[in-house]
Amino acid sequence: MNAPQQPNLLSIRNVGKHFGGLHVLQDVSFEVPAGSIYGLIGPNGAGKTTVFNLITGLLTPSAGQIDFQGQTLIGLEPHRITHQGIARTFQNIRIFKEMDLLENVMVGMHDHLNYGGFGIFLNSPACRAAEKKARERALELLSWVGLDHKADMLADNLSYGDQRKLEFARALATEPKLLLLDEPVAGMNPSEKTILMEEINNIRNRGYGVFMIEHDMRFVMGLCDRIAVLNFGRIIAEGTPDEVRNNPDVIEAYLGKEDE
Amino acid sequence: MEWFNDFWSTYSTLVFSVGVHALLALSIWLTLSCGLLSLANAAFMGVGAYVSALLTLHLEWSFGSVLLAGGIAPTLVALIIGAPVLRLSGVYLAMATLAFGEVVRITVLNLEITGGPEGLNGIPLATEGWHIALILAVTVYGLARLRRSKVGRAFEAIKEDEVAARLMGINVDRYKLLAFSLGAFIAGVAGALNAHFTFFISPREYGFENAVDILTMAVLGGTSSLIGPMLGSSILTLLPELLRSLQDFRSLVNGAVLVLVVLFLPKGLWESRRIRAFFKRLKGGQA
Amino acid sequence: MLEQQLLNALTLGSVYALFALGFTLVFGVLAVINLSHGAVFMVGSYAALAMVSHLNAPLWVAMLGAMVVSGTIGLLVDVLVLKPLRARNAPHLIPMIATIGVGIMLTSAAQGLFGAEVLRFPEDVMPAGEFMVGDVHVRALEIAIVAIAFLLMAVLFTILKRTQLGRALRAIAESPKAAYLLGINVEGLFHITSFVAAALGGIAGVLIGLNFNAITPFMGQPMLHKGIAVIILGGMGDIRGALIGGLFLGFAEVISKAYLSSQMGDAVAFGLLFLILLVRPSGLFGRKLERKA
Ligand SMILES: Nc1ncnc2c1ncn2[C@@H]1O[C@H](COP(=O)(O)OP(=O)(O)OP(=O)(O)O)[C@@H](O)[C@H]1O
Ligand SMILES: [Mg+2]
Repeated sequence: MNAPQQPNLLSIRNVGKHFGGLHVLQDVSFEVPAGSIYGLIGPNGAGKTTVFNLITGLLTPSAGQIDFQGQTLIGLEPHRITHQGIARTFQNIRIFKEMDLLENVMVGMHDHLNYGGFGIFLNSPACRAAEKKARERALELLSWVGLDHKADMLADNLSYGDQRKLEFARALATEPKLLLLDEPVAGMNPSEKTILMEEINNIRNRGYGVFMIEHDMRFVMGLCDRIAVLNFGRIIAEGTPDEVRNNPDVIEAYLGKEDE
Repeated sequence: MEWFNDFWSTYSTLVFSVGVHALLALSIWLTLSCGLLSLANAAFMGVGAYVSALLTLHLEWSFGSVLLAGGIAPTLVALIIGAPVLRLSGVYLAMATLAFGEVVRITVLNLEITGGPEGLNGIPLATEGWHIALILAVTVYGLARLRRSKVGRAFEAIKEDEVAARLMGINVDRYKLLAFSLGAFIAGVAGALNAHFTFFISPREYGFENAVDILTMAVLGGTSSLIGPMLGSSILTLLPELLRSLQDFRSLVNGAVLVLVVLFLPKGLWESRRIRAFFKRLKGGQA
Repeated sequence: MLEQQLLNALTLGSVYALFALGFTLVFGVLAVINLSHGAVFMVGSYAALAMVSHLNAPLWVAMLGAMVVSGTIGLLVDVLVLKPLRARNAPHLIPMIATIGVGIMLTSAAQGLFGAEVLRFPEDVMPAGEFMVGDVHVRALEIAIVAIAFLLMAVLFTILKRTQLGRALRAIAESPKAAYLLGINVEGLFHITSFVAAALGGIAGVLIGLNFNAITPFMGQPMLHKGIAVIILGGMGDIRGALIGGLFLGFAEVISKAYLSSQMGDAVAFGLLFLILLVRPSGLFGRKLERKA
C-alpha cells in the first residue's frame, strides 16, 4: 500500500526502559510509516502502554532513540510533543468529567487558538472569531464520532463506549499527524466496534497516521497495515497481519497464554 | 437620603469589607480553578497592604499608583516562589504555601520599616466605595472572560487531570504560574484597598486564620462559578455582624460552616449547573 | 551555656516528636492531613488544667484524663467528619479542609469557655525539684517531660513493630484496599488510629503547657505549624522520620533562638520546611516517586 521510500513518521530505535530493577522494555525498534495504521499487540503487561508513555514524554527512555518526522522527541515535555503532532487516548479513559463534551474537545484545540490576554479581556473580534471557529470545528469532530447531539452534556454522564469516542475526538482536536490509541475498543460491544473500525479507517484516509494498541485480534488484523508484537518487553515479530499471524513465536506467545 | 447617610456612616466599613473579601475569595477561586490549593493568598494580601501603605506614608504616591504597586509587589513574589513551589501538588503545595505565609508574617513582625508587631498606623483613608465597586466589577468581568476562553478551559483541564491536560498541548507549569500570580495580584490589590480604609494594619491580619477565612468563603459559596465566592464572602462577612451576641463563639460559626458545607454541600451554596438545571425546569414547566 | 540549651532543645524536641508522631500516624494510615491536630493538642492541656484545678486530680490522673478527652475528640472527628468523606470518596484535599474547620471550632469553643487570657497550672501540682549537673540547671519537670515523651513513643514503636495490630496498621498504610481484602477491619483501625493519634497530641499539649506553664486557646496553631514542618522534614507518614524530625526541629529552634533572635526561632521551622519542600518534596528521609501515567 505504501511505497517503500515513503518517509517514516515515527521511528523507535533500540529503546529500553526499566523501573529500578524491573526491565519493562528492552531493545525495542520499529518504524511507523506515514499514512498507515500500525498495530502493537502483546500479552498483558508486555510493555505496550509503556511504549506510548515514552513516545508522549510521560516517561523518559533509559536507552535508545525516538524520532518523529526526523526529529528526536527525547527530552521534550509532553505538551511540546503534542505540539509536534502526536495525540493519544488512554487505556483507562481520562476525559475531563466535569466539562461538557464541547469543552472537552475544545481543550484539545488549545494550541491552535492564537489570541492573547488582551484579546480575551477586551473580547476582541479576533478572539471571538477564533472561539467561534473552534466551536464549529469541535462540533464537527463530535459529529465524526456521532456525539454532536450530546455536545452540551456533562462528560461524566456518558456511557463507557461514548467516553472512548469522546477521547478520540478530543485527541483529533489537537490536529495530530499521528494518533496513538491505547485499546480503543476495550469495553465496547461488537456493533460499536464495527463503527469505530470504520471511523479509524476514515481517519487514516483523511491523512492521519494511526498507531494503536489493541487486544482484539479480529479488530487489529482487519484494520492494521503493519503490526509489531511485544512479549516480555521485546519485539518478537513485525510485519503485515499475515506475516505476524503465521509467525511461530507469536503463535507460541499467544497459545502459551491461552486465547486473548 | 437622610437614612442613606445614617446607614452609610454606620455600615460603610462593613460594605467595604464585603467588597474586599469578595476580591479575596475571587483570588483564591482563581487558583482553585486551576486545581491549586494555595494558602498564600492572605500573605499576598499582606504584601499588597504593606507595600501600598508604605508607599503612601513615606513616598506619598498617588492612590492609583499605590493600588497598582500593591498588586504588582505580591505578583513578583508569586512569580519568584511560584516556579519551585508549583512543582508540588495537593497537600504538599498547601503546606508549602502555608509555610511561605508564616515566613512572610514573621518577617513583617520583625522588620523595622513595617512597625513590627504594632503594625502601621495613620494610613490615610483614601479608599472610597466606588473604588472597590469598580475594581470588583473589572475583576469579575475579567475573570468571566478568562473562564470562557482557552485559558479558563486550560485551568479546568489542569484541575481535573494534569496528565491529560499536558497531552492536550497545555503548558501546565506556565498556566499554574499564571493562576498563582494573577491570584496574588488580586489579593494584593484587595490588601491595598483594605489598608486604605482601616487606618491601621498589623501582621495579625495576614496569618493562617485569614488564609483559612478566605478559603472558607470560596468553599462555602462554591467554586463552580464566580457567583459562589462572592456569595460566600458576603455571607461570612455579614454573618458575624448578625451574630454579635455570640461574642467569643463567633468564629465557631466559621468553623462549623466549613465543616457542614464540606459534609453536606460538596459543591458549595451556588452550584451553577444545578441552578441552571433548576431554571431550565422552571421554563420547561411553563412552556 | 550550650549544655543548658541542649537540655532545652531535648525537652522541646521530644514533645514536638510526640506531637508529630500522632500527626504523621494519621497521615500514614488514613491518608489525611488532619489540621485539627493542633487544636486537639490545645484541648489536651485545657482538659488537664480543668481536672487539676476543678477536680483536684493529681497530675498523672489529669494527664491520663487529657489523653482520653483528646482521644475521644479525635475519634469523634473520624466518625462524624472523616468517615462520611471516605464513604463519598472525596478528593484528598477535602478532608483536610474539613479538619481546618474542626480546628477553628475547637479553638473558638475553648476561647468561649475559658477566655482568651493565659491560664496556668497551680504551683503546687508542678513537679518541683531541681538540681545541678555540672553547670547545667536541670528541672525535674524537664526530666519528666522527656521521660514521658520517650516512654510513649517507645510504646507506640513497639506496638507498631511487634504486634498484630501494628502489622495490620502497616498493611493499611500500604494499601487500605488490600488490607480490607485480607480481612482486616479497616474502619475499626481508622478509629483506633484517630483516637491514639489525638491522645498523643493531647498529652503533648499537657507537657508543653507544663513546660512553659502557659495555656491559651491559640497555642495549637504554632504547634500545628511545627508539626507540619516536622512531618515534612521526616517524610509524610514516616514514623521514625517524625521522631528524628521532631528532635531536629527542637534543636534548630533553640539554637537559632539563642544565637539569632527570639522571633527568628519561629521562622526557622518554616524556613526549613519551605526549603525542604522545594528541594525534596518527599521529605529528608522519604523516597522520590516517579510520575505515573
Ligand atoms: N511507572 C511505572 N513504574 C513501575 N512499573 C511500571 C510503571 N509503568 C508500568 N510498569 C510495569 O511495566 C510493565 C508493563 O506495563 P504496561 O502498562 O506497559 O503493559 P501493557 O502491555 O500495556 O499491559 P496491558 O495489556 O495490561 O495494558 C508492567 O509490569 C507494569 O507493572
Ligand atoms: Mg496497557
